[in-house]
Amino acid sequence: MDLQTLTYIVVGATFTLYIGIAIWARAGSTKDFYVAGGGIHPVQNGMATAADWMSAASFISMAGLIALSYGGYGGSVFLMGWTGGYVILAMLLAPYLRKYGKFTVPEFIGDRFYSNSARAVAVICLIICSVTYVIGQMKGVGVAFSRFLEVDYDTGLYVGMTIVFFYAVLGGMKGITYTQIAQYCVLILAYTIPAMFISLQLTGNPLPQLGLGSTLVGTDVYLLDRLDQVVMELGFKEYTTNVRLSGLNMFAYTLSLMIGTAGLPHVIIRFFTVPKVKDARSSAGWALVFIAILYTTAPAVAGMARLNFMQTIEPEPGQYLAYEERPQWFKNWETTGLLQYEDKNGDGLIQYSADPETNEMVKVDNDIMVLANPEIAKLPNWVIALVAAGGLAAALSTAAGLLLAISSAISHDLLKGMIAPNISEKAELNASRIAMAVAIAGAGYLGLNPPGFAAGTVALAFGLAASSIFPALMMGIFSKGITKEGAIAGMVGGIGVTLLYVFQHKGIMFIPGTAFLGDMPANWFMGIEPNAFGVVGAIVNFGVAIGVSKMTAEPPQEVQELVESIRIPAGAEAAVDH
Amino acid sequence: MAKKMTPEQADAYWKRNVSLMVKLMVVWFVVSYGCGIMLFEPLNQIQLGGYKLGFWFAQQGSIYVFVALIFYYTRKMAALDREFGVDED
Repeated sequence: MDLQTLTYIVVGATFTLYIGIAIWARAGSTKDFYVAGGGIHPVQNGMATAADWMSAASFISMAGLIALSYGGYGGSVFLMGWTGGYVILAMLLAPYLRKYGKFTVPEFIGDRFYSNSARAVAVICLIICSVTYVIGQMKGVGVAFSRFLEVDYDTGLYVGMTIVFFYAVLGGMKGITYTQIAQYCVLILAYTIPAMFISLQLTGNPLPQLGLGSTLVGTDVYLLDRLDQVVMELGFKEYTTNVRLSGLNMFAYTLSLMIGTAGLPHVIIRFFTVPKVKDARSSAGWALVFIAILYTTAPAVAGMARLNFMQTIEPEPGQYLAYEERPQWFKNWETTGLLQYEDKNGDGLIQYSADPETNEMVKVDNDIMVLANPEIAKLPNWVIALVAAGGLAAALSTAAGLLLAISSAISHDLLKGMIAPNISEKAELNASRIAMAVAIAGAGYLGLNPPGFAAGTVALAFGLAASSIFPALMMGIFSKGITKEGAIAGMVGGIGVTLLYVFQHKGIMFIPGTAFLGDMPANWFMGIEPNAFGVVGAIVNFGVAIGVSKMTAEPPQEVQELVESIRIPAGAEAAVDH
Repeated sequence: MAKKMTPEQADAYWKRNVSLMVKLMVVWFVVSYGCGIMLFEPLNQIQLGGYKLGFWFAQQGSIYVFVALIFYYTRKMAALDREFGVDED
């Protein structure tokens, strides 16, 4: 059976499964719609959280980001940053927000800071973070379809939107939870199976985590030593020690990603679905176990795919591959534009090097490290088809989680919380379905017409969450003294500073030519690149909130009692169902 | 039904929680920012199989420690909840 047919069958089977789940897991109440009824087992929630969390970027792009753009060690910021946030979630946020026991993140901020204005500011921050994030997912859906199924980008996006529409509108969080569990299984198999084959081929050890630290088959040379040697011969920096700009920049980058992770509303609301406070703690642990399976495999995929790729092009030092003899996968990915060769010296050989003057591999897209991996390793077609289904599962599961965060902020916080507090449960459920449908249409529109800033969006979403929502939640739990004025000023100040910094270096709304400070290390504050700036925004948020709180009247007694009550687990099962 | 804590007990419970949390966050910081970034170069003088140790912490080790930290916290807190009679079972 040819690859195309096989891919249609595998992707079609997974989509049928998602639609089946949508019909089975319909939401009957707002509690079903917002928190899946509140009865999800912590291990199941961990799995759903992992799928919710791992986006198209984690699945398709991360290994390539590590291997190519960040040149090896520098890519560690993603590995540590996108996992370490779960330690913060498990200890500093999730158990207390679960004890509080309501439906949305802005709802907590509104109650703790006794102010609808605080709630509205939180809704705005949530929408800014989640919309920037969801655009990347919609693009991921379109790209995955166009690369694997050879349908055009727009058609792919419509198909993806229809699938999400089914389970997200019918089932809300309940439908999303069970599809995310299925999507996790698909994506983790699709990621680990090719990785195990490649590790086995290169090192004889099927576990990629061990293979990366092993010797190459038939030699006593360590894989990483060979990789270092090969990249340096071509003029790149040593793979295992290639620092991203500076130690301080890596520190700030990692910390921004960690606290951004902990502050992303679509991740936090997943912890509202488990029955008890202790489940929220353990569920964060399970989520990280399921995430770690991919995140400890990714650096191995990065190193091994890079080595494989370079050894194909230049099997021995100075012995270059003739362009006419390039393998089939090379041709396949040339047609998609992910690989591009230009014979600069006219000798018909492929010279790949770090020097832009002589380098003839003018384009090596990051995504190639994961997408072409099964073909480079000559794996059977069903593995390649599975990678397509995995990439789609990763994009769809994250998109659905984000859309729920957006639509519940609209129907629960804006409509029920502020505009029409007296609407019935049934009306709110209908409103939440409409909000979901509108959010899907809006996200689809942005996916079809990506705004100029779409390229840098996912990294930006972390900076925004780190500088606005995370500090407000943490201070709301750990301090009884932060006032509504303090919290509002802190959120506005934090997100404002972060946006300003990004805009001044990257352009206002990323529009080219509007950057009033050049995007170069000399102009960066202490050499910190814009993507890593969320942590500075967070510090501003904490500082402003604490300062303003000292100057304003202290929070009312019942708010201080609320803070005391969320710190103690017993009673969470009697969560307010309203 | 869990019994109600006095304000002193609630205070003691919270202090024990925070102190456990601070200890674990120190480990969290040391394995990632410490071993993975600040002490990266000296640790790289040590080999762990084919891995330089600093590189291993940055791309593998810190993640394993993160997982262990959360489950350790979960277990310790379950014991603390029982000790103060605020567990949910």
